[in-house]
Amino acid sequence: MITTNPSLQQEKQSRNDLNEMSQEISALTWRLFIQLIRRPSTLFAGILQPLIWLLLFAALFSKAPIDFLPGSSSYGEFLGAGLIVFTAFSGALNAGLPLMFDREFGFLNRLLVAPLSSRSSIVISSVIYITSISLLQSFAIMATSALLGYGWPSLGGFLLIAITLLLLVFAITGLSLGLAFVLPGHIELIAIIFIANLPVLFASTALAPISFMPEWLGWIASINPLTFAIEPIRMAYQSSVDLRAVLINAPYGEVNGYSCLAILLILTVGLFFLIRPLLNRKLA
Amino acid sequence: MFFIKLRDLFKSYGSVMALNGLNLEVPKGSLYGLLGPNGAGKSTALRIICTLLSPDSGYVEVGGHNVLFEEKETRRRLGYVAQDVAIDKILTGRELLQLQGDLYHLDKKYKKNRIEELIDRLDMHEWIDRRCGSFSGGMKRRLDLSSGLLHEPELLILDEPTVGLDIESRSVIWGLLKELRNKETTILLSSHYLEEVDELADEIAIIDKGKVIASGKPDDLKKELGGDRVTLRVREFSDEVEAESVKKLIKNINGVSNVVVNQTQGYSLNFLVQSNDVISNLSAHLSKENFEVFALSHSRPSLDDVYLQATGKTLMDAELELAGKRDFKLENKKSMR
Repeated sequence: MITTNPSLQQEKQSRNDLNEMSQEISALTWRLFIQLIRRPSTLFAGILQPLIWLLLFAALFSKAPIDFLPGSSSYGEFLGAGLIVFTAFSGALNAGLPLMFDREFGFLNRLLVAPLSSRSSIVISSVIYITSISLLQSFAIMATSALLGYGWPSLGGFLLIAITLLLLVFAITGLSLGLAFVLPGHIELIAIIFIANLPVLFASTALAPISFMPEWLGWIASINPLTFAIEPIRMAYQSSVDLRAVLINAPYGEVNGYSCLAILLILTVGLFFLIRPLLNRKLA
Repeated sequence: MFFIKLRDLFKSYGSVMALNGLNLEVPKGSLYGLLGPNGAGKSTALRIICTLLSPDSGYVEVGGHNVLFEEKETRRRLGYVAQDVAIDKILTGRELLQLQGDLYHLDKKYKKNRIEELIDRLDMHEWIDRRCGSFSGGMKRRLDLSSGLLHEPELLILDEPTVGLDIESRSVIWGLLKELRNKETTILLSSHYLEEVDELADEIAIIDKGKVIASGKPDDLKKELGGDRVTLRVREFSDEVEAESVKKLIKNINGVSNVVVNQTQGYSLNFLVQSNDVISNLSAHLSKENFEVFALSHSRPSLDDVYLQATGKTLMDAELELAGKRDFKLENKKSMR
């Protein structure tokens, strides 16, 4: 029997805005996790690709002179930090894809017609999902790296890694979600992801230190956000974690651990303010 | 009392004018049909009422709320079933309904009971726990309709709800709409299926080129035509000059009115006759001017006749005409945020 009663309908609405928002966010996040559980290939591919890199690159450069690799006892150990960051970066860069598909297939309209307590719930659920997946993938790389004998960070180091990855993932996720609203379709978004992924990795200190690079590439690497995430994580694998220590000898000067984290924080906040008007407009 | 009021609504996409001063009033508790070809502006109007689009100018009210300023209040009151069914292929039907319930902040117990009620009513037992990706068009549409009804909206908006559906699904949906019509739910339905609107709607508005060109109760609109509809051909394929000559002749016959030349149907002539005697004498009038009757059909007026009278072409002809002009890129852009 179909019944219609406006006053009952009012009562059925949750009272509190915060409760409503948490209900929305958990439902939207759960939807993304159901998709992942039923289609786990992207999760495994996201772990498998950096693992293959770790195995192949570590083997390829196993005879590289250790003097060129500051703070590391082998190339595998040096590479580990780069691949952890690369994994998180790639995962976050893909954050816009589910949203883009929702736009294309009209599912976003279903969400926007609903009386959401805040339309930010759509973005927040994506951020929670991508952050969880990126961290999971990164920790899988850390575990494999440890099994291969490339070390495991101390508790302080582990905390530093988590903070660094969170900052990077938030920044890149924001960027990707912004792109998902600006670009006309998923083909364009995939093209950008495809183009950005590897050059950003190569133009960072993931695979080689700045001292190993020609000057022009050194400049690019020393302003690349990935470098500001890689170097603190590289330090986290060393016995002592001291954020006052100089981590990057950039052409424009020395950058310590605090500065690296501050730059990542500024990047995250900056990107948030950059895409906020766009999200407001698109979700208004 | 009107549940929906649209006043002087304008909306354009670049150089394409989708709404051109649309005015509409939908009585509370009625099933109101919007009739018009694809591209007439029906979907744009519905998307504005649903808060998915903003008009360039004009006023929109739903249940006493100004839609442009009280969006959340409006959204709470309405259920929207879009033209293109938007479902998540990975979720099961039940999971989709649960998600929908959470987006409308329904409490757990109510949500569970309501979902069961709708599964029963729309006969979805057999397949509701399967993934949506495996559903037929009819199943998807029923699921979409139950999503729209989950929170018991005061207003249900349906954009072409039965396009491409099998007979069983269409019959289930029609049955439900008739049931809702008898309660207090206001239903706004767009369609280009004449028989659907004729069968279901209490009142209709015919939309053409972004504005309402006729509105009222279907029977009243048909009665207003003032007689039975006749379609006449003097040759299989006539030309404009000949059709205009015949038009001039027929116009002067007593008991004939509303003569229209239908260009897209080989310059046939459509007109109304007040009695059967007029038809009997038609042949004699024509032969005096050396015209013959190649084909002649006579019928009670339909909504298509109302449309023809208002626009000079049948709804199907208007569909075909607009089909060639459709800009799918623009339509895709319109439907994406």
